Amino acid sequence: MTQSCVTPGLLHFEPPIFEIGATGRTGASLPTLDVPDVDSAAALGNLARRKPPGLPEVSEVEVVRHFTRLSQWNHSIDLGMYPLGSCTMKYNPKVNEATARLPGLAGLHPYQPESQIQGALELLWELERALCEISGFARTTLQPAAGAHGELTGLMLIRAYLTAGGNPRTKVIIPDTAHGTNPASVALNGYKPVSVRTGADGVLRPQDIEAVLDEDVAAIMVTNPNTLGIYETHLPVIAKMVHDMGGLVYMDGANLNAIMGKVKPGEVGVDVMHFNLHKTFSTPHGGGGPGAGPVGVVERLVPHLPRPTVEKHGDRFSLDFDRPESIGRVRSFYGNFGVLVRAFTYIRELGGEGLTQATEMAVLNANYIRARLKDAFPPSHEADTLHETVFTGKPLKKETGVITMDVAKRLMDHGFHPPTVYFPLIVPEALMIEPTETEPPEELDRFCDAILHIHTEAHESPETVHAAPLQVGLRRLDETRAARNPRLRWTPTEDSE
Amino acid sequence: MRYIPHTDQDIARMLEVIGVGTVEELFRSIPAGSRAKGTLALPPPMPEHELLALFQRLAGANRSATTGDLLAFLGAGATPHAIPQALDDIIRRSEFLTAYTPYQAEISQGTLMAIFEFQTMVCELFDLEVANASMYDGATATAEALLMTKRLKGRDRFVVSEGVHPEYLETCETYLSGLSGVELVRVGLGPDGRTDTAAVKAALESAAAACLLVQSPNFFGVVEDLAPLADLAHEADALAVAVVTEMVSLSKCQPPGACDFDIAVGDGLGYAVPVALGGPGVGLFATRDEFKRQMPGRLIGETRDANGVRGYVMTLATREQHIRREKATSNICTNQGLVALCFTIQSALLGRNGFDQLGQLNYAKAQYARQAIAALDGYTLRYDAPCFNEFAVRVPGGDAGRLVTDLAEHGILPGVALGRFDPAWKDTLLVSVTEVHRREDIDRLVAALAGKGA
Repeated sequence: MTQSCVTPGLLHFEPPIFEIGATGRTGASLPTLDVPDVDSAAALGNLARRKPPGLPEVSEVEVVRHFTRLSQWNHSIDLGMYPLGSCTMKYNPKVNEATARLPGLAGLHPYQPESQIQGALELLWELERALCEISGFARTTLQPAAGAHGELTGLMLIRAYLTAGGNPRTKVIIPDTAHGTNPASVALNGYKPVSVRTGADGVLRPQDIEAVLDEDVAAIMVTNPNTLGIYETHLPVIAKMVHDMGGLVYMDGANLNAIMGKVKPGEVGVDVMHFNLHKTFSTPHGGGGPGAGPVGVVERLVPHLPRPTVEKHGDRFSLDFDRPESIGRVRSFYGNFGVLVRAFTYIRELGGEGLTQATEMAVLNANYIRARLKDAFPPSHEADTLHETVFTGKPLKKETGVITMDVAKRLMDHGFHPPTVYFPLIVPEALMIEPTETEPPEELDRFCDAILHIHTEAHESPETVHAAPLQVGLRRLDETRAARNPRLRWTPTEDSE
Repeated sequence: MRYIPHTDQDIARMLEVIGVGTVEELFRSIPAGSRAKGTLALPPPMPEHELLALFQRLAGANRSATTGDLLAFLGAGATPHAIPQALDDIIRRSEFLTAYTPYQAEISQGTLMAIFEFQTMVCELFDLEVANASMYDGATATAEALLMTKRLKGRDRFVVSEGVHPEYLETCETYLSGLSGVELVRVGLGPDGRTDTAAVKAALESAAAACLLVQSPNFFGVVEDLAPLADLAHEADALAVAVVTEMVSLSKCQPPGACDFDIAVGDGLGYAVPVALGGPGVGLFATRDEFKRQMPGRLIGETRDANGVRGYVMTLATREQHIRREKATSNICTNQGLVALCFTIQSALLGRNGFDQLGQLNYAKAQYARQAIAALDGYTLRYDAPCFNEFAVRVPGGDAGRLVTDLAEHGILPGVALGRFDPAWKDTLLVSVTEVHRREDIDRLVAALAGKGA
């Protein structure tokens, strides 16, 4: 077995937990049996498990140290800027963690009588009202568990609405800058995605929509501002064209942090939109979830919302399952309630004024970075950008052979998480930078200094940049090897170095 | 605003660098006609102490089994177990809590190695070869499993047991609603509470199916005899898919993999995290190695760095939406990462022995409660077949909902009244008993039920 050893630099080399501990050891805290014992194996007969699962045998201190050491191998927002484009990695308030853990919220069972969960239903109802006010929609379902789940739900709502009108149609228009989840969600709901090109000025052009718009088009899915960080200026015109042809307008709300208090999508022609509470509304990403992807809709789509909805009668709240035109439920129970509590905490702390200020400072921060980097890394388009800017590393590659991935890896050596890279797909050598409003200007300066330093280094000593990262414990990892010979679980063989 | 660092001086300096006069100018690309009128009509900002008071009030307007004013025996896919403090302490570490999806492997090794361990544990519990990095919940994992069998078999017909959680089946129906020509064929339970094998055989033989879907222990708590069901599916050239909503049952009951099932899905809600009104939990998904390229969701794999040191990366991503777009195996991106970590920590703390002991506690206490309730006048077990930690009882008077309402006034929730799912189940109470219930709690439940008996 590999031994766990501590280096002077406090860099721990921790093996997988299956290589720690000793037979017979446990970290469990269990009561003694206070009812008559029964022989479960005999009683269950051939239904009884024969081979126990190969779980580790470790004490609590070993578990705590193992995961604490692992944690130290992660970058996180609390360690520094995390400027992933379209991910809105803003600070996650500590108070959110406190409210979500209140026993009167975390300890609720979904099948308790409604009279016993009035506080929780009030919270859900108030959160829905707040999201509707921010977005301009009539109602919002809180059920979807993440953004892509919200997309799927929104497309189901569109299908249900069109089906009720006699024809669900067959196609959904998606710009070439869209997140990959958009076409995947469209396909999952049985529609055919039709790609349209973004214009040279970085926004959709009505004539390009016109060219693919016909009576088979169920909807257009627009991210606004788009993944280039540019506001879709022709959206009102495009929305009207789609509506006149009998289709609907879906907005991917991933970039809502750019427009809170400035634009209400429900007022500018959008019929359906998902929110990413784990982006705009500060709930933690947790290394990949849980998120929440509520979906707001205009009045005409309300009858189709997933059941149950939360309703208010006087000062009482209830769950309404009796919704005959509903698409049904899109998951078990009522949604990622713990995430919803955190988002509502954030909204109540900031209020309308604070949310608007968040948007303004997010846009200010992004434009500041743009101004500081634009000479070294040209922005993808001349057009104004809001909460994020996409830069291209194409000139740097031509001049030095250093590619965007090298720049990203070298940023780690400077203590920063790299931006999103190679997305959107239409920008060569793309670097997509979204700082969010919670970054202090000094941190933005350090980040820009680091990128500009790497730009210089690429000219003077490109091999150093190619070799990065050099100071994060591990060197560049071999993804080809992982995919060619997949090892997807721990096994007792070939585990040690 | 404490989360926004900018002073007036900062803003002025930054605007100067950008070359605009005001913050408002930065929004000039938004057409005037699209601008929102007025300010957001939301309650004003609040300081932290008032915020906490507000949430204390909302929490206080609920009754909870964890605040000591309620004795509850509720499960039905959301069975509360004891969650250790060490688990919550670890997941509150910023490095896990505030990290994103591990796109940059070299500075995400903590998350990646933890998920690799998670995948291993899910494989061990289900006794299958490959598990993914998580799905949203058990219901959506089930729907994704049906879609995966559709891809593997090229068939649009799914035979599903009515022993599967009704909300899972409803989710499957919603997921399939956009696809033309698909069909869910339901088969009922036999008199002992297990899926009716004759009905399964008939349904599989009447037309080609992509899979057979069953749950064990099923929605009524009955442990299914899985092996013959897998045989029936395979004889009809269909795949066998199992749902497990109560992970602790896998300590005592034969896992799907050992019964030749092809796919197993489940949910860690209650086992890894408090039930919190039903979410977030963590959807589990495992299958055979030969099917891994048709799996939905993220996979973490082991590799080496440039110096040959062991490390972990996201792999087989050509199945996923960010590479394959509309040809991906699923649209899932963000999953339930942090709850997968909870699942990993809970399973590690329990360990091999603790997991078995936990299972024994659940099993023995549930049998004790089941026998005592079955002996009461007017109460009968709905099904006789073996159960793990949950069982269905027909109540005197035939209205379980009424019984729950009556006992709730006395601070006891005796179980889930199943009439909310199907009027035909109105007389049935689903009782869940776990390690958190002391003998005196169970005795109090039995006495309360006796008081409502015939």
